[in-house]
Amino acid sequence: MNQAPIDNIGISRGSLKSYLTGFVLALILTAIPFAMVMSRAFSPGVTLIGIFSAGVVQILVHLHYFLHLDTSSAARWNVLAILFTLLIMIIFVGGTLWIMSNLNYRMM
Amino acid sequence: MTPDATAISATYRAEVAHPDTVAMQTFGFWIYLMSDLIIFATLFATFAVFSRSYAGGPAGKELVDLTYLLGETLFLLCSSVTYGLVMLAVHRGKKKWVLLGLVVTFLLGLGFVSMEIHEFYGLVAKGYGPDRSAFLSSFFTLVGTHGTHVTFGLIWMAVMMGQVAVKGLTSPVQSRLMRLSMFWHFLDLIWIGIFSLVYLMGVV
Repeated sequence: MNQAPIDNIGISRGSLKSYLTGFVLALILTAIPFAMVMSRAFSPGVTLIGIFSAGVVQILVHLHYFLHLDTSSAARWNVLAILFTLLIMIIFVGGTLWIMSNLNYRMM
Repeated sequence: MTPDATAISATYRAEVAHPDTVAMQTFGFWIYLMSDLIIFATLFATFAVFSRSYAGGPAGKELVDLTYLLGETLFLLCSSVTYGLVMLAVHRGKKKWVLLGLVVTFLLGLGFVSMEIHEFYGLVAKGYGPDRSAFLSSFFTLVGTHGTHVTFGLIWMAVMMGQVAVKGLTSPVQSRLMRLSMFWHFLDLIWIGIFSLVYLMGVV
């Protein structure tokens, strides 16, 4: 049986450097929201924005360094698929919150 | 009309030998992950709607132990990185390192699942089970669905350890390891959403 490494895997391959860079960035982006919540140094509003921003950036870091999503032609369809899914998610989550809060308001 | 067996096997061999087969399998699995993402989106939406529906029960900040949560998060993050190292060993054809990396990743993942089961057990023992309030129902459904995914990832990983040990790093085994890596990184991605939106924002 062929034991040679597969050439075309559909997305680009990671390197030791990319995994370690991703790991360090992910650690920092995990530490920031935990530190903000644990220290209680900021007002709730600022803390919420901090958690949300760190989460979004960490998701982008994971997508880039661990799942190797980039603008290369190999990953183009994967990027398109996740962008479409993102649109569906926004409609789902945004629509749910909108409808439920509206119902809540009218029933009160 | 039944196509004869030789024709089928010829077609099959042609497909397996196709240079883009693994790329297509990778993309197909990515589409599955996207559908999984939609499941999680609906669970996140449900949780958001019920996030203040305590029914006189406990609120988020009474349940969350931040140090414990940080431990769970680090277990999963480290396992994601060690799986990345497994894939590097796969591409270099180093079977022993692949097996060692899979064992380490498995143990880190097992650490995460054990901590989560322990956390759930503690909540139910205190009477804060999913039946206590809508908030807790949606909490257990969302976090439990993620935990179930991780558990199935562990089962998959155990199977792959056996395949690598018995079959070696053949093309199909490499392709499966590749898809498991996507599944594993994807679950860590979902966990970012859970610890940020469900746990940390619940404490603020």
